[in-house]
Amino acid sequence: MAAALNGALRDAMRDDGDVLVFGEDVGPLGGVFRITDGLTAEFGAERCFDTPLAEAGIVGLAVGLAMGGFRPVVEMQFDAFAYPAFEQIVSHVAKARNRTRGRMNLPLVIRIPFGGGIGGVEHHSDSSEAYYAHTPGLKVVTPATAEDAYWLLRDAVADPDPVVFMEPKRLYWARGELDRGARSAAPLGRAVVRRPGRDATVVAYGPAVPVALEAAREAAAEGVELEVVDLRSVVPLDDATVTASVRRTGRCVVVQEAQGFAGVGAEVAARVQERCFHSLAAPVLRVAGFDVPYPPPVVERAHLPGVGRVLDAVFRLQFDDEPDRTHEVSERAREVSRVAS
Amino acid sequence: MSSLTSRGTVDRLLPSFSPVRVVAEDGVPLAAPEAYELPADALLVDAFRRMVVGRRFDAQATVLTRQGRLAVYPSSRGQEACQIASALALRGEDWLFPTYRDSVALLARGLDPVEILTLLRGEWHCGYDPAAWRTAPQCTPLATQTVHAVGLADALRRRGRGGVVLALVGDGGTSEGDFHEALNFAGVLRAPVVFLVQNNGYAISVPLARQSAAPALAFKGVGYGVASEQVDGNDLVATLAVVTAAVERARAGEGPFLVEAHTYRVEPHTNADDATRYREETEVARWRAADPLARLERYLRGRGLLADGGVAAAEEEAERVAGEVRERLGGEMEADPLEMFRHVFAEPTPQLVEQRALLAAELAADAEGGER
Ligand SMILES: Cc1ncc(C[n+]2csc(CCOP(=O)(O)OP(=O)(O)O)c2C)c(N)n1
Ligand SMILES: [Mg+2]
Repeated sequence: MAAALNGALRDAMRDDGDVLVFGEDVGPLGGVFRITDGLTAEFGAERCFDTPLAEAGIVGLAVGLAMGGFRPVVEMQFDAFAYPAFEQIVSHVAKARNRTRGRMNLPLVIRIPFGGGIGGVEHHSDSSEAYYAHTPGLKVVTPATAEDAYWLLRDAVADPDPVVFMEPKRLYWARGELDRGARSAAPLGRAVVRRPGRDATVVAYGPAVPVALEAAREAAAEGVELEVVDLRSVVPLDDATVTASVRRTGRCVVVQEAQGFAGVGAEVAARVQERCFHSLAAPVLRVAGFDVPYPPPVVERAHLPGVGRVLDAVFRLQFDDEPDRTHEVSERAREVSRVAS
Repeated sequence: MSSLTSRGTVDRLLPSFSPVRVVAEDGVPLAAPEAYELPADALLVDAFRRMVVGRRFDAQATVLTRQGRLAVYPSSRGQEACQIASALALRGEDWLFPTYRDSVALLARGLDPVEILTLLRGEWHCGYDPAAWRTAPQCTPLATQTVHAVGLADALRRRGRGGVVLALVGDGGTSEGDFHEALNFAGVLRAPVVFLVQNNGYAISVPLARQSAAPALAFKGVGYGVASEQVDGNDLVATLAVVTAAVERARAGEGPFLVEAHTYRVEPHTNADDATRYREETEVARWRAADPLARLERYLRGRGLLADGGVAAAEEEAERVAGEVRERLGGEMEADPLEMFRHVFAEPTPQLVEQRALLAAELAADAEGGER
């Protein structure tokens, strides 16, 4: 996937001389994940350059450059190191169009490597997509395949609105086919069915997609056919693809790596419930990270929603017509542990 | 009110135009700077011992990353004079706000070597008790600690119990907004805080020239009304003299201070970095030759304060510390996944209790071999 992202930046810069790439260590080093490798060599330091270490400044500078007619693509080094830029993103990037009655748009891209599973020390594994998705005016996308990484990034750079482009770190090294000639149908704003199945729909995005697919393979071995929908685009959210799938299968599990509370999965689950209530044979379930600060590498596997947890949820979808009582059980567990502690 | 700025006011805030230096690179003493009192001989000998131990500890930590015992290690090599001076300039009642790069400063401050490495092993906590050690957790989000340092300094002042705060930050960190807000707050509050910028030439791959156009980073103080100085950060004697003066000045109620120490990061940014992509080996070699440890050793020997016996004793201690670190970090890191829920709040929320029960059940099932 890293090579696909690098290729997308390169091609975007070749096609449009107004595309600028900047951020911390993106120049000669090529970025700490090497996503901008070779861009300074090919396009010169005027177009791909290292900035001082100041995320608010980087995004603020991008706003000004976009106002001046350029298409900035900025890199935040890690999820948690984008927070100093939060004010610029929320108060300016997201609102520029609205505060000018559409007269000023900001066609800029903020690339953010995000998520865990890479054995990172603290502040290097946050899932921060919900903060951005919660902010009106920002498009938020995240690829799960090399193919989507390429086309989503091309779409993001070409988009008239600001796009927060979330790159799942643990998929950087994932291999995948990429045909730059054959464009997959514009992925920005479109979910895709990654695997068809008739028994239940599993909705996932970014780093959770390979987990969902693996769960689908294991479920198939037990005779349950899961349909896996990859959102790709969190904002805009493709309700149509998701609801069409759930209406077919009648059951739905939403998987995300991020902590669950007030997350993207909650939004998807609510919308499915609103739109597919009469097609549902069981409550929509969420599988998410725990609501804890991202834990250390030695225990991150216990935190990350894995195949086991997805399958547990799938088998709670009342295939036997019995109501699911897991939540009552966990409420009892809560009582017990309250008494015990 | 006059809007005139007096020249004297500005001059009092400005740093020297060239870094303060007491010992030449070859260890020969230079003319003592008038403005600074030199540290006592015994303290310098102690600093040497700590520097030897610090360097050995640092090398050991880098080795541990290769063995997978540490998740990451940002080396202090080449910056030991700054780090030892930071520790020795402080008294017990003072506070230190370190970054991820300041393990050697913490070691010199007396913290347990394994506790120092806790965050770098990949734990989510810093190992030591900040209040007991008057040492904040090592900070990774750049420059964010500098504002905390001002707040704590103001707290110490309000309580009237004395104490000064020393905040460490890198050259790259001085570009972050928080650093500027910290200087401004410190100036306005006249907080007893000292900022020590270890200018090691790079922020990962980005050289200072691309980081700042300031004549020197020390000149960033004047705009905020913060007095400042620049010092040769590979000269332990000079760095200790300048930082101590800044700390004592703050202690005396004369306000905040900014020190820029010129030094060099001899190793890559961390074990995960490839420094050959952005700097020449000849540059590194030049700085290796300006090694702060060798310089201090020559100086002390030249003054008759140190002989073979002293060096051997320091090296022996260094081996002992390295051996202890090796031994104590030799095993697999053990962690109870359920601890994840323990310190999120004083009292866990109902949802956390539920999630904990879920994980406990999962772990129990796994233990019974019921893994899917
Ligand atoms: C807010 C923030 N942005 C980015 C990073 C990633 N990062 C970690 S260290 C570093 C370079 C810091 O350079 P400097 O301040 O000179 O300190 P040094 O590492 O040289 O000691 C960067 C960019 C971070 N930790 N925090
Ligand atoms: Mg630096």
